[in-house]
Amino acid sequence: MATLELTIDEGVAAQPAKRGRRLGLLFWLAIGWMIFMFAVAILAPVLPLPSPTDMDMLERRAPFSMEHWLGTDGLGRDELSRLIHGARISLVVGLCAPIIGLTLGGALGMLAGYFRGRFESLVVGSMDVLLAFPPLILALAVTAFLGQSILNLTFILGVLGIPAFMRVARAATLTLARREFVIAAQALGATHARILLRELLPNVILPLFAFFLLAVAVTIVVEGALSFLGLGVPPPISSWGTMIGEGRESLDVAPRLAFLPAAAMFLTVLSFNLVGDTLRALTDPRQGAL
Amino acid sequence: MAFFVARRLLYLVPVLIAVSLLTFLIASLLPGDLAYTILGDQATPENVAALRRDMGLDQPIWWRYLSWLGGVLQGDFGRSFRTGQTVLQAVAERLPVSIELMLLAQLGALAIGVPLAIICAARSGGPFDRFMTGTAFGMLSVPTFLSAILLIYFFAVELRWLPATGYVPFAEDPAGNLRFMVLPALTLALAEWPGIMRVLRSDMIATLQEDYIALAKAKGLKASRILFVHALKPSSLTLVTITGINIGRLIGGTVIVETIFALPGIGRLLIGAIYTRDLIILQGVVLLVGAGFVIVNFIVDLLYAVLDPRIRHGHA
Repeated sequence: MATLELTIDEGVAAQPAKRGRRLGLLFWLAIGWMIFMFAVAILAPVLPLPSPTDMDMLERRAPFSMEHWLGTDGLGRDELSRLIHGARISLVVGLCAPIIGLTLGGALGMLAGYFRGRFESLVVGSMDVLLAFPPLILALAVTAFLGQSILNLTFILGVLGIPAFMRVARAATLTLARREFVIAAQALGATHARILLRELLPNVILPLFAFFLLAVAVTIVVEGALSFLGLGVPPPISSWGTMIGEGRESLDVAPRLAFLPAAAMFLTVLSFNLVGDTLRALTDPRQGAL
Repeated sequence: MAFFVARRLLYLVPVLIAVSLLTFLIASLLPGDLAYTILGDQATPENVAALRRDMGLDQPIWWRYLSWLGGVLQGDFGRSFRTGQTVLQAVAERLPVSIELMLLAQLGALAIGVPLAIICAARSGGPFDRFMTGTAFGMLSVPTFLSAILLIYFFAVELRWLPATGYVPFAEDPAGNLRFMVLPALTLALAEWPGIMRVLRSDMIATLQEDYIALAKAKGLKASRILFVHALKPSSLTLVTITGINIGRLIGGTVIVETIFALPGIGRLLIGAIYTRDLIILQGVVLLVGAGFVIVNFIVDLLYAVLDPRIRHGHA
């Protein structure tokens, strides 16, 4: 973090051409881990893996072996296979929920920042109500009533992300809408739709995307927390959070059952945070790179 | 100042009404009929209809909201249909546990974050600073339930120094109470200190560039005095803001930590209500937590205005 911030402060602002090289080793390691996770998650059905749900009561909590690379869990299920299939759940929820926030929150924020006036007050006010609840409490309450399913979970976490995306989009639009190129487009008689889509959107999308990556990290954590409590994805499916929750029961005999999914989750969340934070620093309008 | 408070109070009313409305709508509009939930398997159409009439579920929704809100305003949040306890009793019993936990966690986070921020700011860019900012960034990616598991593994399973779960009230056995509180509070503190440290550090680096710090150095004041007195004081504002921003996450973390460490607090009450589908308790707790959260934020705003005159006069 410190090294990243320093390189951006000193190097990039002065010499934008060197930006690519200055991102640092950690940034690329994080990108590499993300690509690796996505690859195994997408390829899981075709990889030569044992089924993640097949139980083998004779091989409960088996240690690492050629047959089970990462051993088996308390019910004799292959740990590696469960990790990879768990990644599918965590990543699907972690990516899809922020996409809801990105599109709805981003659109609302841009419209609010561009049109201002009463519409802006209405949007900001209703978002304040959503923010009036501690997010985890609201997520818990809504899942309790809606029932547990991946779709419901994604939907709730997505809606909870809308206010934050709205703020980012609105703040970026507010500063951009006063810039010369927008005034020039207005003077040329461009329609509101054209200004929003062709002039503002390409500039707002960058900070929004950086924030999207940070939101993915947060969503993976919240989904993990809910599943850990047994209130996230419904039982036969297991995400990393579910696995950590199960592993907690056998901390004294087989701590790795909690630590392996914990490490996978930590590395993934850290990668998204690292890449998101680096991109945010690069696209931050306050850095005055333009 | 009075004008400022009045204006903020006026804003508080619609937000609280919206919070109550949202809580009510979540509980009422979403699928699942309360009468079926209460009666369970023995539900026949006749006794479901009778119960719905008793509970007023056959009334129009706006009427149900108003009568519920009327009850809430008179302190009647309803009663659990499982234990017969009223929502207020249940909450009053468990609130001290959660508040103690959050206070200890906040103290712990300050005890870790503030000294680290000062040391890092004093030698910003140095190896220690780079190491600690890196660590803080990494810690931000460790979910609460993860650090809880790590702490339980090291201190309860391996070293056997501290209990993993359990609770005794402070009034009965203060030392025992603190022993049970160490790991939960530490778990939350581990999640909170990076935010405190990062913001306070960059704030203090900026403060240390000010002319009056140069003057203090020129006067030959000791470095520790400059850091702790001259530089830390103006940054206390930042700490108040941070606390306000973090309180939502702290409440969420408390729910998780209470569940993991089996502490009988509000979070445990909430999770228990979800498991047993005790909707009245759930609705009441969500409303109280939401309202409490809004009011704490309101107090933080006021505190901020007390500390910084620019805000209460509207210059900021």
